[in-house]
Amino acid sequence: MNTTVFAPWEDPQAKPLIQFQNVTKRFGGFTAIDNLSLDIFEKEFFALLGPSGCGKTTMMRMLAGFEKPSDGHIMLGGQDIDPIPPNKRAVNMMFQSYALFPHLSIWENIAFGLRRDNMPKRDLEDRVEEMLRLTRLEQFARRKPHQISGGQRQRVALARSLAKAPKLLLLDEPLGALDKKLRQDTQFELMDIQEKTGTTFVIVTHDQEEAMTVASRVAVMDQGKLMQVATPDRIYENPNSVYVADFIGDVNIIEGRATANGDETYQVDWAEGQSPLTATSSTGFTNGQSCHLAIRPEKVTISADRPADAINAVQGKVHDIAYLGNLSTYHVELANGTIIKAQSANTRRISRRSFTWEDPVWLSWTATAAVLLAN
Amino acid sequence: MNRLSWFNTVSLTLGFAFLYIPMVILIIYSFNESKLVTVWAGFSTKWYGELAQNEAFLNAAWVTIRVAVFSSTLATILGTAAAYVLVRGGRFFGRTLFSGMIYAPLVMPEVITGLSLLLLFIGIGLDRGILTIVLAHTTFSMCFVSVVVSSRLVTFDKSLEEAALDLGCSPAQAFRLVTLPIIAPAVISGWLLAFTLSLDDLVIASFTSGPSATTLPIKIFSAVRLGVSPEINALSTIMIAVVTVGVIAASLVTKRAMVRQKQDELAAARTE
Repeated sequence: MNTTVFAPWEDPQAKPLIQFQNVTKRFGGFTAIDNLSLDIFEKEFFALLGPSGCGKTTMMRMLAGFEKPSDGHIMLGGQDIDPIPPNKRAVNMMFQSYALFPHLSIWENIAFGLRRDNMPKRDLEDRVEEMLRLTRLEQFARRKPHQISGGQRQRVALARSLAKAPKLLLLDEPLGALDKKLRQDTQFELMDIQEKTGTTFVIVTHDQEEAMTVASRVAVMDQGKLMQVATPDRIYENPNSVYVADFIGDVNIIEGRATANGDETYQVDWAEGQSPLTATSSTGFTNGQSCHLAIRPEKVTISADRPADAINAVQGKVHDIAYLGNLSTYHVELANGTIIKAQSANTRRISRRSFTWEDPVWLSWTATAAVLLAN
Repeated sequence: MNRLSWFNTVSLTLGFAFLYIPMVILIIYSFNESKLVTVWAGFSTKWYGELAQNEAFLNAAWVTIRVAVFSSTLATILGTAAAYVLVRGGRFFGRTLFSGMIYAPLVMPEVITGLSLLLLFIGIGLDRGILTIVLAHTTFSMCFVSVVVSSRLVTFDKSLEEAALDLGCSPAQAFRLVTLPIIAPAVISGWLLAFTLSLDDLVIASFTSGPSATTLPIKIFSAVRLGVSPEINALSTIMIAVVTVGVIAASLVTKRAMVRQKQDELAAARTE
């Protein structure tokens, strides 16, 4: 294996393209961004993910120059960009509403930014044609924005914001207005274009699936703070808090008290009359410390009998079944009323399904399947 | 097509009769041969010929048009600027007061507006003439423009302006290249409104006009006091014709644009 993995954030020598340095943004009495520091590297596809009102859009608007930080600085390529107005920044933005100019043709929309730079006519025409090719819009060049479909408008918005070859492209919920099928195709198109142009992309989204699909790194935000910044797989497999675990994907959270039981292994006492659960964790817990055991439903195995070698096994009965076609999620109620979700792939036809409502079942998982979280 | 019930037919007829019979009578009598306005003596267009010879009326018409063009243009510039600041300026000090004050002239009795302008012009020693009428008309029609334009600006997607800034426009360029072309229909209808307000204003013009400049409404009003002449009927008929053609043309243009937009959107949805 000689392929170098793209991970500048792990290289201490790498110089970040964007640096948020203790940035705070207040609107009146409301703090939208709270003393936040973050590095984003060149050629990254960086996703800001969070519920609405978490401050992700404010971050983006500060990068574009529409808002100024109340405290702290934002550096772009080592330069403090706070005093630079939006029209002088090497940053372009793709707006959530696309913000296409309705009175201009697709061609003129894409040429708009280039004309402001007084680009020579020949170069300008070449660049616009190149953008049209990149986004497969050649045949729509003469149309007005209202004469094309939603998916095409989205591509025009992308072409227009990429035309000036910005150092940094900001995408504000770029696929929010598209239907699910089109959105999935467009996600891969976006990744493709990002790779082809080598531009740094920062995307704002509330759709965790979208963030996981497109991004090289994801920042999960809540109430103006960064909860975790990591690659999609680390965010999913190693969330650092209950909030992140719960926000990304589906998860079972079991509260309990940890007791050390060998090297990096802990016993979790979680309910009266239930045998303790075993989990590994690299972060240390003191004996008796309260903790949360987070376990993904697909890592829980459901079976009729207690598996002989299972380290963690609990008994319950099937309370509900969510049939998703390829998968089924079983909601299993334990004796003390706790509901644990277990997911299994439907490798057989539904008529051959082994469990149905009210069936007594066993749930089991390995010691490494769950993540032990302090809060 | 639905057939109307007899009740609806009657109410429609009555309503339109109420609106249009006076004008129809005026138009009919403008083609009267007789000099007596109320006696019909056969069809003739001679009063239109007489009108074309009447220096005083032609002068007044020329003054009116010039006043209307200048004042509505000035009012459009000022009214658009005011609307832009009030809608886009954010929450600056005194914003509520200003936005209230811009609408006050709409409900102010014209007599008062006219009188206060007269006092001002006398106070600063400005001779009454075309200039004073233009200023006076600008004053009262700019708030109409600002109402029309600000109602458009409120629904204007602000991210269009931000996109223009983001793509390298200065704020002034963003306004000229993006905002203005998009709100142009509202600005034009504001201009047309100001233009017609200026054309038919009698009260304010009579306060602010001088012996050197008389507008058409003042001329007609003073002529009628000496007795209604068939010439006035002819003049009024011409004005009605001009206004009618203007209104019909404007609505046809708007309707065609709307139909085309709808077709385009349907076609776009099909290519999805």
